[in-house]
Amino acid sequence: MHLGVSESMRECEYSQISTRCSTPMETPYKKRTPKRRKWESFPGRNKFYCNGRLMMAKQTGVFYLTLVLILVTCGLFFTFDCPFLALELTPVIPVIGGVLFMFVLGTLLRTSFSDPGVLPRATPDEAADLERQIDVANGSTGYRPPPRTKEVVINGQTVKLKYCFTCKIFRPPRASHCSLCDNCVERFDHHCPWVGNCVGRRNYRFFYMFILSLSFLTIFIFSFVITHIILRSHQNGFLKALKDSPASVLEVVVCFFSVWSIVGLSGFHTYLISSNQTTNEDIKGSWSSKRGKDNYNPYSHGNIFTNCCAALCGPLPPSLIDRRGFIQSGMPQLAPPTNGITMYGATQSQQSHMCDQDQCIQSTKFVLQAAAATPLLQQQSSEPVILTASTENGGPLPGRTSLNLGGPCTSLPLGQPTPPTSTPSLSCHEASDMLPIHGHSHAHNHGHTLQEPMAHHHFLTPEEVPSPPGMLPCGSPMGHSHTMQAGFYNPASQDSLHEDSVRGLVKLSSV
Amino acid sequence: MAETHSLQDMRQQAAVAAKVFLQRDYSNGTVCQFQSKFPSELETRIDKQQFEETMQTLNNLYAEAEKLGSQSYIEGCLACLTAYTVFLCMETHYEKVLKKIAKYIQEQNDKIYAPRGLLLTDPIERGLRVIEVTIFEDRSLTR
Repeated sequence: MHLGVSESMRECEYSQISTRCSTPMETPYKKRTPKRRKWESFPGRNKFYCNGRLMMAKQTGVFYLTLVLILVTCGLFFTFDCPFLALELTPVIPVIGGVLFMFVLGTLLRTSFSDPGVLPRATPDEAADLERQIDVANGSTGYRPPPRTKEVVINGQTVKLKYCFTCKIFRPPRASHCSLCDNCVERFDHHCPWVGNCVGRRNYRFFYMFILSLSFLTIFIFSFVITHIILRSHQNGFLKALKDSPASVLEVVVCFFSVWSIVGLSGFHTYLISSNQTTNEDIKGSWSSKRGKDNYNPYSHGNIFTNCCAALCGPLPPSLIDRRGFIQSGMPQLAPPTNGITMYGATQSQQSHMCDQDQCIQSTKFVLQAAAATPLLQQQSSEPVILTASTENGGPLPGRTSLNLGGPCTSLPLGQPTPPTSTPSLSCHEASDMLPIHGHSHAHNHGHTLQEPMAHHHFLTPEEVPSPPGMLPCGSPMGHSHTMQAGFYNPASQDSLHEDSVRGLVKLSSV
Repeated sequence: MAETHSLQDMRQQAAVAAKVFLQRDYSNGTVCQFQSKFPSELETRIDKQQFEETMQTLNNLYAEAEKLGSQSYIEGCLACLTAYTVFLCMETHYEKVLKKIAKYIQEQNDKIYAPRGLLLTDPIERGLRVIEVTIFEDRSLTR
């Protein structure tokens, strides 16, 4: 019977329909509502500009600071120092300065405005399928199942893939969920407030070029401003030289502090690139030989040269989130007419995107209903102690603040509570070291709400950060000094925060 | 009267019986590869060898896109030297291969999968996470 069926189907006249038809308006009667682009209903916490062409993180204050610092310092250099230097030494100096400046600006903007490698969230069908698989594996119980992980062997090393509760996917290796942007990012390095974006697979090379060229620029400006002052001092005396060119003093101060941090950071990232690690992995010591004799980095290509080439000159993957595609409203089964704008054709993905948000709302409602039916919700033993303490002590809307929690690197998918032992002497590495600790201490302090007021540990927006002297990209004392109390890591990290928020809401409802 | 079964008609009229998701295979690292294990739900619809051939070709194409070879290095260096403005005029190698993949999937759908009531969704529409295989209801059985 089955054979007969397929026979009859094959005999049918089969008209080839392009699944990506570029003919407009196949269903003219529907097109009265203006079409929205996908970026307008993007589920993450990002800001989009130029109709979806540019994307940044939500907090961009520090980025503008970076921009201002660079522009002002270079502006002063070109206005006050370059004329003198061009006359006394050579006009090549302003030219090289100009080229460096343009390069720095270009790479900065490229890093800030590009998609770092955001993974789109799962469609409802996918999420349901995964849930089903997990339930089958764990055996469905009434309680929340233990944190979902999958183990994969990559080049001989066992790697754990964690399930992201927000995005409803198993995160690929090296991906991480950024709590600030609320997205899973591929090959997540860190969230840099100084560039106002995450640094991930797609913009890591621009970020590296930025800090490298900025190092050269700061050293360049520093040395030539000093030269300028020295030359003037020979002519007129030191104090008069300073009086004649007051801008130089400011430049020297800015550059002096920048040089240490930025050059250090460049050195650190050069090391990371040559060993093909991310900032996450290095700080956690994932592939350090201290963990075990057989511990090695499975992603490394073997030699430094190949690693560098792969990171800097490797193929640039396209953005997976299709920001400028149009949202297809209507039946998902229809072959959607694309306007030829999107490369991949906008299909069910956006439909599902919108459904995803509904899904989230519905699941929250379900939890609320379930909680209303049961007495006080008990924390599960699988929950990390921190969060148990936090929610049971209550606090002003623990859900809300927990979502806002986290310094830039709370999204580190952590395994063990390891205090950062791998701290080289580079000042910036230490500074960037503080970042994850800062984030985790946030979680840590969140747990002890009785001792410290919650609001005190509300996420410090970059605007609140005391602006450190000089430019310190992605390192810097982002946090308060008390964040050095490392100790307790939050293994469930971002996922638990999401669950936490739901639980927080439940608590409120059951009171 | 001969019935015309076009891909679009199928999407409009045929009910979706099930969806099978083929997840990524990370055993070779972060390169884009999909698990080519033959899912049990498709046993009645298509033969194993055909399916595995499709998957193998797709995996090869993705490997080609991400290959680190002289071409990608030259492209990378050129792009860096021109401050990435070169991509305003030309496509990256990755994008070219993605277009090839899209064409291949469409071709496979038209020739092999649609006649069997199946539909492969291009993984790029799912963020390169899964290959979604939609199984349509076999209408003729209900007649």
